[in-house]
Amino acid sequence: MPPLLEAIGLTKHYAVEAGGLFRRTKTALRAVDGVSLTINPGETLGLVGESGCGKSTLGRLLIRLVPATAGQVVFDGQEITSLNANALRAARRGMQIVFQDPFGALNPRMSVEETIMEPLLIHGSRRGATAREAVTRMLDKVGLPDSARYRYPHEFSGGQRQRIGIGRALILNPKLVVCDEPVSALDVSVQAQIVNLLSDLQAELGLTYLFIAHDLGVVKHISTRVAVMYLGKVVEVADKRSLYARPSHPYTQALLASVPATHPSQRKRGVTGQPPITGDIPTALAPPPGCRFHTRCPHAMSVCQTDEPAMRVLDPGHQAACHLLPG
Amino acid sequence: MSLLEVTDLTTSFQTSGGEVTAVENISFSLEKGEILGIVGESGSGKSVTALAIMGLLPRPPARILGGAIRFEGQDLLTLSDRSMQRLRGPGIAMVFQEPMTSLNPVFTIGEQIMETIRAHESLSQKESFGRAVEMLEKVGIASAATRMTDYPHQLSGGQRQRVMLAIALVCRPRLLIADEPTTALDVTIQAQILDLLMDLRDEFGMAIMMITHNMGVIAETADRVMVMYAGRVVEQAPVARLFDHPLHPYTRGLLSCVPTLDQDQDRLIAIPGNLPEPSRRPGGCRFSARCSHAITACGAGIPPLETLEPNHAAACIRVREIA
Repeated sequence: MPPLLEAIGLTKHYAVEAGGLFRRTKTALRAVDGVSLTINPGETLGLVGESGCGKSTLGRLLIRLVPATAGQVVFDGQEITSLNANALRAARRGMQIVFQDPFGALNPRMSVEETIMEPLLIHGSRRGATAREAVTRMLDKVGLPDSARYRYPHEFSGGQRQRIGIGRALILNPKLVVCDEPVSALDVSVQAQIVNLLSDLQAELGLTYLFIAHDLGVVKHISTRVAVMYLGKVVEVADKRSLYARPSHPYTQALLASVPATHPSQRKRGVTGQPPITGDIPTALAPPPGCRFHTRCPHAMSVCQTDEPAMRVLDPGHQAACHLLPG
Repeated sequence: MSLLEVTDLTTSFQTSGGEVTAVENISFSLEKGEILGIVGESGSGKSVTALAIMGLLPRPPARILGGAIRFEGQDLLTLSDRSMQRLRGPGIAMVFQEPMTSLNPVFTIGEQIMETIRAHESLSQKESFGRAVEMLEKVGIASAATRMTDYPHQLSGGQRQRVMLAIALVCRPRLLIADEPTTALDVTIQAQILDLLMDLRDEFGMAIMMITHNMGVIAETADRVMVMYAGRVVEQAPVARLFDHPLHPYTRGLLSCVPTLDQDQDRLIAIPGNLPEPSRRPGGCRFSARCSHAITACGAGIPPLETLEPNHAAACIRVREIA
C-alpha cells in the first residue's frame, strides 16, 4: 500500500533578527532541516525529541499549517506544498490537528456546538438539522453528554476540553490527524482516558495519527512506528518494538536512559551519578557542523565534527543517522 | 524531634463563591536528610501545603484555620514576619516549577544569588561574589564566573532551574522544598537536575520535600511518599512499600494509568471522571465519585487516615477488603 503521507527534504527556516540594537543581522533559524519520512495508512507515527527540536513545526509543515521553505509533502497522492488556496482548503478536509493546550485552543465565546460545527460550515455545510445531528454523533463518539453542546469551554475541565478539541478535529472525517502533545497539559489521572479515546477512535474510524509528544512512555504505548528528532533532523526511525528494544542512535539511547525508573529498586540516580547526557540542546540558529549531536555525544569521533551522517538502514524499517553504525 | 512536623494543617481561600478549603487535616513529618515525596494532581493541595510552610500564603485571601507547623521545634505559624524572613534561606528554601517567572528579569543572576547571601550573612561584596560563583559551579553551570553577569533570558530552561537551585541552596538550607522542580524540563535535563538534587542531599545532608505528579520522579528520589487527593492525605508509606503494595484505590490508579517503558498493554487502565473543583468536592471520601470500589458508605463520612502496617497508612474504609 502506498503511504498516506510522504515528506521529502522538508525544510523550514525562520528569518530571525539577531545582534544588538545597532547591529541587526538576519539569520536563519533552522527549525526543520531536510526531513524525509512516510506515514502509512492506519498507523500511528510517534514523533519525539526535546523542546526546540522542531517536532511541532514538522507536524504543522506536514499539513501545511505553516508553509515550507523547501521540500515536498505528498498527501493522499497529491503534492500539497504548491496547492493554491482553494485546492488547499479542499485538501484540509483530509488532515486535521489536535493541539496541546485545551485552554488556549478553544474560542471562549463559542459554545461546544458552534466549536465542533465550525469546520463543517467552513467546508460548505449549512447550519441546519444535518449539521446538528453530526455534532450529536460526534459528542457521543468523544464521550461528552449531549447537554454539553450549549455550554462554553470554561465550564469544562482540561480532559473534557481535549475531548471537544478532538471532536472538532474529527467532524470532517479526516484521514490524518496530527496530535500535537494532546495529553501533556492534562493531569496524569486524566491522560489515560484521552489516550484510550484516541486509540478507540482510530480503530473505529480507521484514522492515521502523527502523535507528537515528549513522554516516551505514552509514545511507546500508542505508536506503531517512532521517529526521533534532534535539532531539526530525524536521527532515527523504526518500528516501535525495534526502537525501544534496540535504540541505535546515541541520542535515542540517551533519551531512553533519561526516563525515570518505574520502581525504586531500579533507581538510576545518585551513587553512580552520571546523567545520560550533559548540557542543553544547542540553538537552531547555529546548529553544530557535522552531526548535530556531536557536542553532547559520548561516542563522538573527529568525523562527527565535520561530516553529516546519512541515514543508514539497519533492519528493514529501522534507520538511523550515525557514523558509528555500519553504512 | 523531627526536622519538620506538620500537624492537622487546615487552610482555606476566600473566593467569589465563598470560602473554600484548600487542605484539610494534613499531618506529616520529615527527618534530617530525608526526601519526602508528595504526590498529587491539580487541586490536591500539595503546593498550598508548601507555601504554608514557607509562610508565603497570601493572607488574605488565604487563611490558616488550624493546625501547627513545627520546624526544629519552633511553631512557624506564630513566628513574626521578621523571624520567618530570617528562617527562609538558611532554614527552609524553595524552588518553584517555572524558573522563568521565578527569576527577576531585570537583575543578573549573580546579583540575585548575592542578594540572598547578603540578606542572611554579613559578607563583603568580594566574599559573596566568591560564594555565588562556587554555588553556580556546584549546580553545574559551566564557566560560572563569566555567567554571573548573564540575565535570566540568556539562559536555557535547564540552566535557569540550576540558577534557582543555586539561589535556594546558597545559604545551605536544612530543608529544601522542591515544587515540581523538573516538570517544565525535558527528560534529559530532568535526569541532570534529579542527579544534582540527590548529590546535594548527600553532600549537605539537607531534607527535601519533593512535590510532583510524576511517579517516576518519586521512584527515583523519595525515601517516603505522601499521596494527596483533593486537599487530603490519602496514603503515606515508605517508597518501596508504596510501589509494591499501594493500598488506596487512587494510589493504585495513579501507578497503573501511566504507560511505562517496561510494560506492554493494549489499553491503559484509566481512572474515570475528572478532578473535582475545590468548591464542588463530593461529601465523604473525595475520591468516591471516581472509585471503582465505592459503596454507599463511602459517601457518608470522610475516611480517617488509618495506620495499617508500620509506617503505612491509608484513608479508605474498604482498604482491608480490596487490598
